[in-house]
Parts: sequence; C-alpha cells; structure tokens
Amino acid sequence: MACFIVPVAEAVVTTAITKVVKSKESKLEALKVDTGNGTFGKELKIPFSRKLKWLNNMLWGGSFLLAFEHVWHGEVVPWFPFLTAASDPAEASVMLSETATVGVSMAALVTAVWGVMLLVTKAMEKKALKTQPASN
Amino acid sequence: MTLLITVFAAIICTVIWYKNAPKNEMKVGILCWMYWGASLMWLVDAVFEYAELGAEYFTPAPVDMLNDFFLGLSAVALGLVVWLAILLVKDPRGVVRTALFKKN
Repeated sequence: MACFIVPVAEAVVTTAITKVVKSKESKLEALKVDTGNGTFGKELKIPFSRKLKWLNNMLWGGSFLLAFEHVWHGEVVPWFPFLTAASDPAEASVMLSETATVGVSMAALVTAVWGVMLLVTKAMEKKALKTQPASN
Repeated sequence: MTLLITVFAAIICTVIWYKNAPKNEMKVGILCWMYWGASLMWLVDAVFEYAELGAEYFTPAPVDMLNDFFLGLSAVALGLVVWLAILLVKDPRGVVRTALFKKN
C-alpha cells in the first residue's frame, strides 16, 4: 500500500550522509595491484562515499519502480492525500502495519545486501593491499 | 511475474555491464542498481505474499498473471526511459553537446 515509503526515507538519509562523507574525504589511497601478467597496476581504494552511492542507487531506483507499481494498482494517486488508503481510517491502519512490516523488511534486505557487498569489496581491497603496498 | 521480469532485466544489465567494464560510457550501471534494488524489494513483497497465501501464490489466476506481466514489462520500460534520460543529460560521449552546438 505504501511500503516504498520506508526505502525512500532511508534513501533520503543515506543520500545526506553520502554528501557529508564526500565533503570530508580528501586524499584517495593508492594501491599497487598485481594484474596477473607479472606487472603491477595502480588502483585506488574505493572511497566510502562511492560505496554509499551503491546503496543510494539501489534504494532510489528500487523505490521508484515500486512507487510505479503502486500507481499501477491505484494505491498512489496524484491528488491529496496521495495514498488512497490514507482517506479511510481502517485502511490507513492496514497501510501503516504493512509499511512497518513489508517496508522495513525491504529497506533491511537492500541494506543487508549492500553490507555483504561492503564485506566482499573490503576483502578484495585487503587482498590487493597484501599483494604489494604502494610505494608513493 | 513482475519479480521474475525485473530479475531477468537485472541479470541481463549486469552481464552487459560486466562485458564492457571498466568502461562505463553507456552508464549501464544505473540500470543494474535500479533493477536489482526493485528485485530485492519485490522479493520481500513475494515472501510476505507467500507467507499469507502459501502454495496458492505459485498458481495465480491467468488475469492476474497477465496484469503482472504487463506491470513487469512497464516497470522495465520505465527503468529504460529513466536510464536514457540520465544518459542524454550526462552525455558521457559528448554526442548530444556536439549535435546541439554544431555549426552548420
């Protein structure tokens, strides 16, 4: 009914955090990475703001398509109160309960998948650092 | 059906992105994030629906299936429109800029 609101709210928060983190990031850490053919290539450590962007993209993109689905089903309308369930108190309570369960689970799953991605990239960065630390 | 169509779109986009990486001229990454995000969200929706309906979830009425099929295709099309708009606005290859400011 309005489950996409939770990921949208999270996206707003994470986008704001990304802006703050990006403004605080200054120098990128360089790593020398074994390219596999005996030579070393220079790689940059992925900044946290870029990793946050992955989460933002998933949340914004996903909730945009989900919002479209709600428009398709007539649950979201372009006039006030925008959510059809909001005009009826009985339906509003169902909507709130659905938002609290389905919506929160959606945001949690997307965040969990992003968390796994962070762990994988961290392991890859560690592996690259171990191969050969940058001399400059 | 909507979930299935979006998952397939996400997989196809990811394969295209991987094939062209590290080049990202066409900004296919945008589509990957969008479709994977939507797929994860619809997966949660599907799990909750399955918990409510049980095995009945896998045998939808033909009309519902057709509606979901159209919805899935429309969602994928909308994603493509958004991607195209971003691609033309960001114009990584400078094609739009060249076409607009070309002196005759």
